[in-house]
Amino acid sequence: MKMKSRPEITKTESPTIKELKFIISRIKKSPLSIIGVAIIAFFTAIALLAPILAPVPEGHMDPYRIPKTGWSSEPQAPSPEHLLGTAQWQFDIFYGCIWGTRTAFRVGIIVVLGNLLIGLAMGTFGGYYGGLIDELLMRVTDIIWAFPSLLLCMAFVSVMGPSLDSIMLALILVGWPTYARVIRSEILRVKLEDYVEAAKAVGCSDFRVITRHILINSIYPIVIMASLDIGAIVLTAAVLSFLGLGPPIGYADWGQMISLSRGFIFKNAQDPLGYWFTWTYPGIFIFTFVLGWNLLGDAFRDILDPTLRRR
Amino acid sequence: MGMRTYIIRRLLLLIPTIIGVTLLIFAVMQVLSPEQRAALYITSEKEAGSMEEIIEKYGLREPVYVQYFVWISQILRGNLGWNQKSPRGPVLQNILNRAPATIELTIFTAPVIIFTGIFLGVAAAVHRDKLIDHITRITSIIGWSFPSFWLGILLLAIFYAALGWVGPGRLCTEAAVFVRTPQFTSYTGIYMIDGLLNGQPWITLDALKHLILPVISLTVQSVALIVRVMRSSMLEALTKGYVVSARAKGLGQREVINKHVRRNALIPVVTLSGMLCAGLLTGVVITETIFNIPGLGQYAAHMALPPPDLAGVLGFTLFTGVLFVIVNLIVDIAYGYIDPRIRLD
Repeated sequence: MKMKSRPEITKTESPTIKELKFIISRIKKSPLSIIGVAIIAFFTAIALLAPILAPVPEGHMDPYRIPKTGWSSEPQAPSPEHLLGTAQWQFDIFYGCIWGTRTAFRVGIIVVLGNLLIGLAMGTFGGYYGGLIDELLMRVTDIIWAFPSLLLCMAFVSVMGPSLDSIMLALILVGWPTYARVIRSEILRVKLEDYVEAAKAVGCSDFRVITRHILINSIYPIVIMASLDIGAIVLTAAVLSFLGLGPPIGYADWGQMISLSRGFIFKNAQDPLGYWFTWTYPGIFIFTFVLGWNLLGDAFRDILDPTLRRR
Repeated sequence: MGMRTYIIRRLLLLIPTIIGVTLLIFAVMQVLSPEQRAALYITSEKEAGSMEEIIEKYGLREPVYVQYFVWISQILRGNLGWNQKSPRGPVLQNILNRAPATIELTIFTAPVIIFTGIFLGVAAAVHRDKLIDHITRITSIIGWSFPSFWLGILLLAIFYAALGWVGPGRLCTEAAVFVRTPQFTSYTGIYMIDGLLNGQPWITLDALKHLILPVISLTVQSVALIVRVMRSSMLEALTKGYVVSARAKGLGQREVINKHVRRNALIPVVTLSGMLCAGLLTGVVITETIFNIPGLGQYAAHMALPPPDLAGVLGFTLFTGVLFVIVNLIVDIAYGYIDPRIRLD
């Protein structure tokens, strides 16, 4: 007798996969977010290929220091040796823009990770255990929110001393409360669900309940929102760097390159915009980079917003 | 809860927040050595004779809680420390001297931002997914992504360097010289008003002309947020039952939007004015630096520039923190007036 073919097991997709598919289908439908993805992919390629696009000169120790080819304080117009010209003190603008992409990603990724880790830890503890820890968390976040964030960052950086590390640390110190509050309210919402109750009833440890049952059901939108903040973070870092609170002069950093070009808006009566290249190129890099993240972020905000989605 | 109880409760809540604000600044100060902190206490240059005397006098090596009370009592007396960078002098005095330029700038910017923001947000929501919506959305994303300092440089390059139309600063050279002569009395420090009070309308016009570029630069930075909130709050209001019933009783589109939807959709925008205030306070730091306007923002940027004047930086941060808390209080109270449901919780 022939064996009957087994009935096919109908696979139900996990909600996470479903959500992911829904998001991807929505992104495909929105041309703006596709442009956003393309811009971010382009910059990722620049960052990865930096050593090929702008080779580090031999004997140059730190690749993030822009090589300089002279000491003249007058910027030189674009030429075959310097594709985008040179800035004050002969820093090569092309090299600075390319390696500056790596700096931008580094700042964005480190700050997002810092914000998420601290936010997750604080938000989870506060939301799950409640009580004194929660009260303390709420008050600390209230206090940090009582200041306009850029001004608080400025104060932190000037006390710590200007550098890229100070900027990143300041951005994390000011940024984590937002995530902690979002995660906290998510945990408060999920922790009363039946399946959490059930997990506790079968004797799961707090750690297991938090990681395997609560976080897994609430973390994805937060992680996505946090990563899409990279644009805003890089922009704020550029502002701080522009104000002179960033890395030392000559570091491959877009904000600082624009700061170097501030004195070169006006050349002379014959050729008023003679130094246009000093501020145009680094500006285009910052703007496009931030635009890419914001285009994607804008699409996601609608996708993730439960009151607006699926209409 | 009545309005009065609501206001009293909000005022009481103000106290712990202000204490929190001072605690944060004080915590930041603890990173510094007693020698660095001395400038945050002294009230005149003569006092800066011997460092050890000052440290002794203000108890800068005492336990932390003693230090906090000494510091707070100085703050309550209006002593935020001494600026060692120019303009040398008491921090609070320097901040107040810089206020008129910033007030002049923000008074003109705020209405521009609010009206453009509300107008564009309503237009985008009413014509959802139509051309207007897409254009508004794209321009606001672009405006939001534009590095404000770069925008300032581009505006100066076009209108100052290329066209020679208007330069940086608050006034042209001629006017700037004139306002320092004895013929011109500074009543408010706001040139636009002082020009009229002195019977010199050309000063007013010149001040106005010099405000156009900074106002554009500030608006582009902050308007996108208002547009976004207004749009989504309109979209939400449009789906409400009262809209359906207004339509059902035969009201036209215009009446439904004007009388029923927009009023309800404005509520979240009121909260936004708090954020707008933060946006302006932040925005002036960049705008005033680029356009060389001697206001609060330029003061903050100048004090933070290495080597920093820490008394100035921390004094200014404390000042903005307290200012921002008070603005939020006013917003909350206004919110309670507009939306009675808020007073209930």
